[in-house]
Amino acid sequence: MRYWSILFAVAAVFSVGAFVYAPFSADWWLPNVAGDPYHVVSTFGKEIDSLYFIILGITGVAFIGTQIVLVWVQYRYVDEIGPDGKPTRPAQYFHGSQRLEVVWTIIPAAILVFLALYQMDTWASIKLRSATPRVPVLAEITGRQFQWVIKYPGPDGKLNTADDLFTVSDLHFVKNQTALIQLKSSDVLHSFFLPQMRIKQDAVPGMTIPVWFDADTAGHYELVCAELCGWGHYKMRGHVTVHETEEEFQKWQADQLAEQNRSQLSMASESQGR
Amino acid sequence: MGADLTANGSHGAAAVPAGGDDHGHSDGHDHIHPAPSNFLSKYVFSHDHKIIGIQFLFSGLIFFVLGGLLAMAVRWQLAWPWKPVPILAKALWSHPALGYQMPPEDYNKLFTMHATIMIFFVVIPLLTGAFGNFLIPLMIGARDMAFPKLNMFSYWFMWPAFIIITYSFFVEGGSAEAGWTSYPPLSVFRWSTPGSLNGQTFWLLALLFAGISSLMGSINYITTIVMLRSPGMKMFRMPMTVWAMFITALLQAFALPVLTSALIMQLLDRTAGTNFFSPVGHTVANSPPVVGGGGPLLFQHLFWFYSHPAVYIMILPGMGIVSDVIATFSRKPLFGYKPMVLAIAGIAGLGFIVWGHHMFQSGMNPQLGATFMLSTMMIALPSAIKVFNWLGTMWGGRIQYTSAMLNAMAFVAMFIIGGLSGIFMAATPVDMHIHDTYFIVGHIHYVLFGGSTFAIFAGIYYWFPKMFGRMMNERLGLIHFFLTFIFFNGTFFLMHIIGMHGHPRRIADPTAYEFLRGAGVTGMNQFMTLSAFGLGLTQLIFAYNFLSSLVVGAEAGPNPWNANSLEWSTASPPPHYNFETLPRVYHAPYEFSVPGVEADFVPQTVPLPRNITLDPVMA
Repeated sequence: MRYWSILFAVAAVFSVGAFVYAPFSADWWLPNVAGDPYHVVSTFGKEIDSLYFIILGITGVAFIGTQIVLVWVQYRYVDEIGPDGKPTRPAQYFHGSQRLEVVWTIIPAAILVFLALYQMDTWASIKLRSATPRVPVLAEITGRQFQWVIKYPGPDGKLNTADDLFTVSDLHFVKNQTALIQLKSSDVLHSFFLPQMRIKQDAVPGMTIPVWFDADTAGHYELVCAELCGWGHYKMRGHVTVHETEEEFQKWQADQLAEQNRSQLSMASESQGR
Repeated sequence: MGADLTANGSHGAAAVPAGGDDHGHSDGHDHIHPAPSNFLSKYVFSHDHKIIGIQFLFSGLIFFVLGGLLAMAVRWQLAWPWKPVPILAKALWSHPALGYQMPPEDYNKLFTMHATIMIFFVVIPLLTGAFGNFLIPLMIGARDMAFPKLNMFSYWFMWPAFIIITYSFFVEGGSAEAGWTSYPPLSVFRWSTPGSLNGQTFWLLALLFAGISSLMGSINYITTIVMLRSPGMKMFRMPMTVWAMFITALLQAFALPVLTSALIMQLLDRTAGTNFFSPVGHTVANSPPVVGGGGPLLFQHLFWFYSHPAVYIMILPGMGIVSDVIATFSRKPLFGYKPMVLAIAGIAGLGFIVWGHHMFQSGMNPQLGATFMLSTMMIALPSAIKVFNWLGTMWGGRIQYTSAMLNAMAFVAMFIIGGLSGIFMAATPVDMHIHDTYFIVGHIHYVLFGGSTFAIFAGIYYWFPKMFGRMMNERLGLIHFFLTFIFFNGTFFLMHIIGMHGHPRRIADPTAYEFLRGAGVTGMNQFMTLSAFGLGLTQLIFAYNFLSSLVVGAEAGPNPWNANSLEWSTASPPPHYNFETLPRVYHAPYEFSVPGVEADFVPQTVPLPRNITLDPVMA
């Protein structure tokens, strides 16, 4: 009967094994650039990942420790009947230990308070309004069923003027520059999630929420909607392009603006012709 | 096993006749009404807490089947998106144009209803409704609940809820699909998604009825425990199960009105043109813009103010059950009885100030996030104390591997995982990445399936003999446990990994995103789905064991496990009004292996030997 402890040991080994194996497979690990699985592209990503590893380490030790004790007591203190038909070993009679209770209250409490206080700075630098970087707004992004409507200020650098550039689910910004966006929602809740940059923020009707992030590697990334927003929630995907240089970004923007003006002109002429 | 308590000698002498001088609070229950004689008053509209408990047990188990089937359909879609379900496809999704595949809105309905049913119609009714009703009067030595008629109503108010939630699958637009959290505006605007047409209204009504039922139950539990304890049953002599039920009932009584108000406000928003949860000028799906209004975050605050404590409502009774089972089958006093009680009270108290950790990324003022991070970290503490005490109880014991004990130990092992993964979410910056991913889904299932459901199984295996007078088949019980434990871990553990990889929850098709298209994520999804099917099929063993044992199980006798608490001092199943004479209680129910006593247990109705003095702090 004591071999039931092996079942519990197997489950613990499976749990630990999954996390030990994870770094060896890009699909199992934290999401990063394709072909460079250990490289977090954003500044916040590096901070968040290191906090994640600290918690993983502490919880891992706690997990392995408690599972070892659990499996050990299951193996060691099994009920065995001797040849005389009586238990070979009586159970001990004790009601607890105040000293132990104090020890296993204070140690976890200290660790948990440390964890909470240690995270505060990172949280403040990512989310607090007072930490909003003093850079021009990259874009205003509005979630709507089931796309991200992105509005860039045009050449005049101001939002809500005639030269604004609109794109749908296509976010562009420049490498190593802090991108600041204003997040809105026009219908239901959505959530702006950049897995490779470890950024997440709900878009709430009636609120405009500033979100900022960066990336140190040019390339293509994904924008996910992480808050259930209706039947098409699963396909509310956005493309993120990080440009190598400011010039490249400007060129993309100019091309898009020209395209936008052309289509507006053609729409206008169509309606005139009607 | 099967020891007859009267053989213990002093048992008969220990009982105090009802109506005796020092019967404490029990005045109201001395005059024993005749037992009901016709079928309707005995088994249907029964006032008897034992029958009501069993009614909750059967209802909960039936909805468990439905909730489980919904989960398997969800898992099918995640592993093989848009592939018609073999054999059943034509019956389930009759859209030939779509090739009989599951439409995405139906996927949303499935996970919404899976969670709703499991939480409000399975776990809460089983833990508090079934075990609370059946056990509380028996364990404190009362003849029935304080308000037997109210108790009957608490069960029958579930029936409108049962009917409405089942019927909601068939209304226009189908059942609710805004998630079990039902956040507005998605849940409020009628055309925002198909399930928001009529299903959402039915969902709100069903939850209101279920809430009224819970409230009736909790008032009854609190009153019964405070007023009707038998002579000598001090508060600190109550079994942990009763303590847990007591504190759970307090949580319900204080938190539920807040959810009820949130549900009524949402109902008014949907039907009466109010705008509690929509900002001014807001419009969805070409509805007229909102005039005057509130905000979506208000609902989240109200919802989580109830639903975070609800997580503890779903785990505390399990902790109580597991404490009793572990002490009994370790043949050892519960380690740190009073610290365990304080830990439960601490979880309940802290439970009210942590709701904001569900809203770190919601747009709530991030300054609040820092406060909620600290309180959330602190709630891990009483949970840790409980785990250490369970390990301490087993340490130096004489462990008997019964089905009940194995399920209780699985509760401890799995609750450790669920508790530790909670720390990741409590840390606000880390929560940025894992919020609304499968990491959370893994966490909640380790707490609610690995925790609550293993506790429910432990409780059923442990108290089945008391409920029905027959034993369950141990061999089948062990096989059921073995497979459940394996498939459970196979189903839910890898969710932590894909969640860490950023796999969002509630998406009908993971392959819509490039970073989730890799072989690793797909393979893990398929592995989890196969495990989930295994988990579902394994429960057939339990169903067979449960039903066949009702008829052919071996006779149980009053105390098959040689346990101490009061329910084992009366017949199995207990007679009308539970006890011939109200028992007199001398000590807490955990006096196992007392030195100098021949038997390895001392029932609560039997005094301890004179030379035993208990540590007043720990026992």
